[in-house]
Amino acid sequence: MSARVEVEERVSFFRTYVFSIDHKMIAKQYLAIGLFWAIVGGLLAYLMRWQLAYPDTEAPGWGFIGPEFYNMVVTMHGTIMVFFVAMPILLGAFGNFLIPLMVGARDMAFPRLNMLSVWTFALSSLVLLISFFVPGGAASAGWTGYPPLSAKPIYTGVNWGLNLWILALALEFTSFLMGGINFLTTTANLRAPGMSMFRLPLLVWMQITAAVLFMLSVGPLIAGAVMLLLDRVVGTSFYLPEGGGDPLLWQHLFWFFGHPEVYVILLPGLGIMLEILPFFSRKPIFGYRPIIYSTIAAGILSFVVWAHHQFLSGMDPRLAMPFSLTTIIISVPFALMVFAMIATLWGGSISFPTPMLFALGTLAVFLIGGLTGIFNGSAPVDIYIHDTYFVVSHFHYTLFSAALFATFAGLYFWFPKMFGRMMNETLGKLHFWLTFFLFNAVFIPMFLLGLGGMMRRIANPMQYDFLQPLQPLNVFATIASILLLLGQIPFVINFFWSLVKGKVAERNPWQANTLEWSAPSPPPHGNFDTVPIVYRGPYEYSHPSVPEDWLPQDRPTMPTLRQSSGQAAAV
Amino acid sequence: MFRWLPEMVSTYGGEIDSMMYLIYYIVGAWFLLTYGAIALFLILYRRREGRRATYIEGNSLREAAWILVPCLVVLALDLWIDFRGGEVWAKVKRQMPPSDLRVQVTAKQFNWEMLYPGPDGQFGTGDDLQLENELHVPVNKVVRVVLKSKDVIHSFFLPHLRLKQDAVPGRAIEAWFEATKPGRYEIPCAELCGFGHSGMNGWLIVHPADEYEKWVKEHWSAS
Amino acid sequence: MAETHVMATGVEIRTATGIPTGKMGLWWFLASEIVLFGGLIGAYIMSRLGSGGWSEMAAHLSVPIGTINTFVLLTSSLTMVLAFAAADKGDQKGIRTWLLLTVLLGLAFLIIKGFEWGSEIGAGFTPMAGSFWSFYYTMTGLHALHVLAGVVINLLLFLSALMGLLRGREHRVELAGLYWHFVDIVWIFLFPLLYLSWPKGGL
Repeated sequence: MSARVEVEERVSFFRTYVFSIDHKMIAKQYLAIGLFWAIVGGLLAYLMRWQLAYPDTEAPGWGFIGPEFYNMVVTMHGTIMVFFVAMPILLGAFGNFLIPLMVGARDMAFPRLNMLSVWTFALSSLVLLISFFVPGGAASAGWTGYPPLSAKPIYTGVNWGLNLWILALALEFTSFLMGGINFLTTTANLRAPGMSMFRLPLLVWMQITAAVLFMLSVGPLIAGAVMLLLDRVVGTSFYLPEGGGDPLLWQHLFWFFGHPEVYVILLPGLGIMLEILPFFSRKPIFGYRPIIYSTIAAGILSFVVWAHHQFLSGMDPRLAMPFSLTTIIISVPFALMVFAMIATLWGGSISFPTPMLFALGTLAVFLIGGLTGIFNGSAPVDIYIHDTYFVVSHFHYTLFSAALFATFAGLYFWFPKMFGRMMNETLGKLHFWLTFFLFNAVFIPMFLLGLGGMMRRIANPMQYDFLQPLQPLNVFATIASILLLLGQIPFVINFFWSLVKGKVAERNPWQANTLEWSAPSPPPHGNFDTVPIVYRGPYEYSHPSVPEDWLPQDRPTMPTLRQSSGQAAAV
Repeated sequence: MFRWLPEMVSTYGGEIDSMMYLIYYIVGAWFLLTYGAIALFLILYRRREGRRATYIEGNSLREAAWILVPCLVVLALDLWIDFRGGEVWAKVKRQMPPSDLRVQVTAKQFNWEMLYPGPDGQFGTGDDLQLENELHVPVNKVVRVVLKSKDVIHSFFLPHLRLKQDAVPGRAIEAWFEATKPGRYEIPCAELCGFGHSGMNGWLIVHPADEYEKWVKEHWSAS
Repeated sequence: MAETHVMATGVEIRTATGIPTGKMGLWWFLASEIVLFGGLIGAYIMSRLGSGGWSEMAAHLSVPIGTINTFVLLTSSLTMVLAFAAADKGDQKGIRTWLLLTVLLGLAFLIIKGFEWGSEIGAGFTPMAGSFWSFYYTMTGLHALHVLAGVVINLLLFLSALMGLLRGREHRVELAGLYWHFVDIVWIFLFPLLYLSWPKGGL
């Protein structure tokens, strides 16, 4: 197919930047909103860390925090980072930008639905922002919102803040459901000729698996959230025992979604890592098909592990063993991915520009996150470490691997495609080393604090005799966290400076194989000059039959090789 | 690493700690192997003039065996951890031994109410005694705790005994322990329960046998 | 062999699987809706199994009215199928007739439901009157919202057909039909679970 795209007539500012149906602009809108919330979430982290290290003192630049405000800070930090930073950046930005380009499509299958999804997300952001300013303050029952604490306003002292929190989440879920429909339909139907499912880049496989997980897991939580709102506002008793309800019902509904949700965040991050590691090793990803099968297995397993968050909740103790078993088994597919990454490095020709450093950082951090998950998944160990800082550190390692390190790897790598310019290497390397060291400096002490028994969500560790000896760890983590926040400044400078003054990027500055690099940098509406035809998989690096160490997916094969071109993709 | 754990003073606490050690050694071995391999490969296979990467896809069974076999080892070790863990879990959470003393602990915003049944051993009778935030028990005796809550979910946490159990309103959940050393040990709340969650703290006071007798006599003088 | 067609936005699209893109999108949407109602229904079942006294509360529902409403919705699914059959043949008059009937039947369902709720609340059975009632109003309420959305969609299609805008776009009737059948099927689950009470002395 070789339809030429009509040259764009001048489109208004609003149609280009605000009400755009172009997936690339929508991706940047998600990115912008996500980065805004990342700053808010980071500031909330600063307040938490200050209060923990120097309880009941005034945080520089803010003021007094105290226990009531602290609960709100903790809750909003978690909610913001999971739903308003990680998801919009990893799925909304990277998914929207890359999927159509990587499959060889001109845009998503439903561009107007796409625009509706980002606007719904913007609305949900607005609702969440407003919730900070209502009387009673924002939600303060933890990002997990367990009732009865969250179900009766009198228990928290927060009224409209929690109602708006529920509303914001409902809108956010709707936004990503719409996005998920687009991701799945586009990948299924809009692949370029020759792009079979097993020639798709792994990033696309990860994105669509994440979309399926989200679509199939969020329903029960939407039901549960409606029920929570009714308990709060109307006076029903879904979760209130005095009215015949059960607090544990929420926990099951929440975690049935909550566990697949963490893989919804993780998989796109791994997808970025899976593109960049083989690329800078100049060889194919090791075990493309095993990785795909592992991902699908992990996705299916993710639906049957949820109650490992509830070992001590009062649910029947006999359930602990089956859930422990499934939880420990889910480590196997992820172990396979780690081994595949290591095998990819073997025999490579490895260079270390900034994206590769962050991709390696993703792997290193994910490894620790995954290994420490084994402690949590073992029910008897969880008796001790549940609701302590051990868990906090575990999930920061796993989440940061995707939401921080992989995000930066992706931004540095695809910046030329997104914005037409290169980012600065020196600032990038500085950013990486600061982030990597300081991140570990913040969170390794937290494993130790957890072993020491420090509970989650307490505002003042000094109130407990047995925690007082551990306080130096808290102080150390706080100082490191402030430095970690400051260490992001090189990135901010680099990002904005490069937008205007970066070296202009050519079409394929990295010499990579996937289809997005065949389009201009940045691509116009319609992406490609002509719809590409795909001849091979995405990882043909250092192939013996060509002199260069790269071989794009859409370069025609040599006439001597028998290959039919323009054939419809076989699934 | 484990010097950070608080002193362990319960009968089953040692088994929980051993599970932690077991996982730590297994996970530690994987950590060294994987990080070691990554570091080694990053050095051995860094880009050098004239050397091309080895083109290998890893999809065939022969090649994929390099990653599948380690996965089988991971699975085997996982299952070992799980079955060992199952025994420890059953001991703490399922096989409650007959108790020498029962206490009802009711959590509320923001402290613990301990209800002692008194010499008749029955709750709801005239010799019941309620104390706030103080759980007095004799050393080396099995204590059964019945956990309730008046309002929201709290969590009964005895770090030194390695015990934790959520207290859920509308339910009566049983837990047990046997303390092995006299002393005073904190009972923090381990589930966010409102603005007073931080600082919600009780005390487990483990008495040597004779001191416990004295304490009982003080509080139930007419028996 | 893959089809291509030009979308309303002017973008040319392909369909590598052979399944029309719009239909695929709708099925993914329905999958997420199935999990939504599935979660709610599952929570209801688990809650009911775990407590007593729900049969007594459920006995106050009017089985005759529920049956009538079931019949109304099933008939509307029939009229929707007939609308689709007309669309398949390009029979514009048939489309208009059957779509209008589907809209009217959908509205009838909502009106009957509204009266039903009114009389139940009047008798003191509010959502706060017990766990069963909490679930009853939430489940039928969420369902009713979906019926309303379907009525609006079908009404819009009817108006498009009236204005002749449906020519060449009859496949939209099929997509609306898929959604409408889903809404009907949810009711087929809700009706026995809520109305057809378990035996006395049971759950």
